[in-house]
Amino acid sequence: MTSAAFRYLPLVLLALFWEALARFNIVDSLALPPLSKVAVAWVDLMRDGELVNNGAVSLYRVYAGLGLAIVIGGGLGMAMARWRTLDAFINPLVQLFYPLPKSALIPVTVIWLGFGDGSKILLIFLGCMIPVTIGAYNGARGSEQVLVWSARSMGASRLRLMWDVVVPSALPELLNGIRTALALAFILMVSSELIAAQQGFGYLIGYLGSTGAYEAMYAVVLTVAFLGFAADRIYQILMQWLLRWRE
Amino acid sequence: MARIEDHIAPAARPAGISRPSTRRLDAAFRSGAGIFSILMLLIAWELFARSGKVTMFMLPPFTVVAKYIAADATSGVLWINLAVTLYRAMVGFFIAAVGGITLATLMSRFRLMRWFFDPIISVGFPMPKIAFLPVIILWLGVYDVSKICIVVFDSIFPVVTATLAGIAAVEKELLWSARNMGANERELTWQVVLPAASPQILTGLQVALPIALIVEIIAEMVMGGYGLGGAMMSASRFANSPGVFAGLVEIAIVGFVLIKVMAMLRHRLLVWHEETA
Repeated sequence: MTSAAFRYLPLVLLALFWEALARFNIVDSLALPPLSKVAVAWVDLMRDGELVNNGAVSLYRVYAGLGLAIVIGGGLGMAMARWRTLDAFINPLVQLFYPLPKSALIPVTVIWLGFGDGSKILLIFLGCMIPVTIGAYNGARGSEQVLVWSARSMGASRLRLMWDVVVPSALPELLNGIRTALALAFILMVSSELIAAQQGFGYLIGYLGSTGAYEAMYAVVLTVAFLGFAADRIYQILMQWLLRWRE
Repeated sequence: MARIEDHIAPAARPAGISRPSTRRLDAAFRSGAGIFSILMLLIAWELFARSGKVTMFMLPPFTVVAKYIAADATSGVLWINLAVTLYRAMVGFFIAAVGGITLATLMSRFRLMRWFFDPIISVGFPMPKIAFLPVIILWLGVYDVSKICIVVFDSIFPVVTATLAGIAAVEKELLWSARNMGANERELTWQVVLPAASPQILTGLQVALPIALIVEIIAEMVMGGYGLGGAMMSASRFANSPGVFAGLVEIAIVGFVLIKVMAMLRHRLLVWHEETA
């Protein structure tokens, strides 16, 4: 207990430092409102439901896009690893889109689907698809040939082989790919909502900033940062649980 | 067991035991299929855009977009935007690289530094730091400094974590023998620890580079002004969809070239290392 407190003490010091900077007017309290006032603004935002409503929209976009990417990207990656012809034709396209800075897709998805949920989900899906596909592909390629041969010789069908041999052995790398995608999904969610949206965390941050409600803006920024952090930690626990059969 | 083969000859693995001639045929088939796929993508884009199923606004044909890029290149606008974007992304990336490696080195040498920065790094790494963009605008305005700042803020974390991991994995025997031969702490850091950790440091830089580009483009889109992302945003404001797609193609090419250059650099810098052999 004390060791954990000692470990995270720097974060507390940082928060106190923030409070002091603003309280003693060392920096303009408009540019950096005291942390205590940000906390009050957070409670207000929670109470009138704005944070919850916009947050629900944002999280729905993140997980819908990510979910699509996992199903389609994961399936594609594993299929590419098993069927060489498919690999030969799809791999160059993956290589082509892999280095694309995914944020460049924001205006394009707006042109296609407008300002609502659709464009955000499409953006997050497209952005997350590549890391998931690459993770699944590398994982499935690494599955031991001996296991594949023995499953075949025991009469496993192609689908059965996929599910019982290829998927489990691809799992560690696939899960790592999904972790990268999860972080990317949060980045794309916030930035696309900052740029073009009428709902969501990013929209709320932009709106509060433009009306000069900086305390509330800080409250939303910290909430998004915390949620992104929490999502990663929860995912890590899930990952360990899914991989508990190893060793 | 299949793993080791993977690293040596990725393309040849599925064929099992193959003679050199079939392997060469296989490689030829693969690169042919690659060119074919990319060409097919462009032709499909062109045909689909001209089929009348979508409007010019939804998807301008590839030839229209290519003409738009050519016009931008001859008028010089493209080069200004390209230079501005590259300048900010690269300065930010460079500061993040030097700062990140320095911070991680100090953290692994001094316990106080480690104690202070360890929780900040581990909590900050998974955060979507782009959410702080409006705060940075509030502090520093909308010009180069704030754009470079957000790039540094976002891309420094993978450099720090990779460098820390790399330094922690340096073999103890190397340190012992260097100390035994009378190296002081500074020589140890520069001549033993950092070179031995360099493969992992480079991996961290390879993670940080795309982040720097992604964030630079977002910052330009939010703040406006010159740059490839800024140009894309103003094109989208005027419903100029060839301009938007031209921006997408330009940014894709920039990303592709930078990542290839980075991979070549890695190969160059690690000639001495077994991974290149």
